[in-house]
Amino acid sequence: MKLAYFTSLVSGLLFGAGLALSGMANPQRVQSFLDIGGAFDPTLAFVMMGALLVMAFAWRAQKNLLHPLFSTHYEIPNTMPIDLRLISGAILFGVGWGMAGLCPGPALVGLVLLPKKAILFVGAMLLGMGLYRFVDQSLSSINPNQRS
Amino acid sequence: MIEIWNRAQPLQGFIGGAMIGAACTLMLLLLGRIAGISGLLARACQLTRPPTFDLLAIAFIFGLPLGAFIIDLIIKPVEVIYPNNNLILVLAGLLVGFGARLGSGCTSGHGVCGVSRLSPRSLFATGIFMLSGIVTVAFMHKFGIAS
Repeated sequence: MKLAYFTSLVSGLLFGAGLALSGMANPQRVQSFLDIGGAFDPTLAFVMMGALLVMAFAWRAQKNLLHPLFSTHYEIPNTMPIDLRLISGAILFGVGWGMAGLCPGPALVGLVLLPKKAILFVGAMLLGMGLYRFVDQSLSSINPNQRS
Repeated sequence: MIEIWNRAQPLQGFIGGAMIGAACTLMLLLLGRIAGISGLLARACQLTRPPTFDLLAIAFIFGLPLGAFIIDLIIKPVEVIYPNNNLILVLAGLLVGFGARLGSGCTSGHGVCGVSRLSPRSLFATGIFMLSGIVTVAFMHKFGIAS
């Protein structure tokens, strides 16, 4: 369905525009948000407020919507327990996020705003994702009950 | 205290945040999907197990930098300062890519989509990576690594 691909493209555009407008495409500003004892910049808190407010309504609407408008079913993660993977993943992610002031969205947006720097981070990030797939595969060949 | 508000952009941040929320809303209500960028990126680049050809993910990932480009071109130049050297940048990229996949999400999937859904996993993960980010920045300042 062509309309679905167009919707996804528009959603990406809107997300990227939101990152750029909010200041979250700027690693220095993000790092300052995490620098609570130093040059603290609270902007990210306002970005979260805006995003969470809109999304809270979306989740309420979703409860009354049997299936998404352009698809037959939802692809939403099931409720799962908090496990060691989640905890260790979040810790590692946070260390990288703090080191560079970058998470995946702003990094991808950086590819057009400051490509010669962003390409290094994005390249390493893709390598990290590939490395995870390799480790995950190796682990689950030892213990087949591991989820992917 | 006043210095903080000199640098902050609360209104622009809120509007940009609402746009991010609207983007996630489109994905959820029209396509039934979570706008988690690490997951979508992995799917677009066939880095999932098993690899999938996911054209929806590709369209989203293609649109993302394009949206920022439009703001930069039409509304105002976007300020982008990378505070650290290339070695730190590469190490951080590795950690972000690996960690986001291991923890099943990043700032968008857990931080925006999951927290607004009040998912216990996402609330927990968001708390952890915020704390871990704060500790990392403090550590870098203490040892003179950060600018």
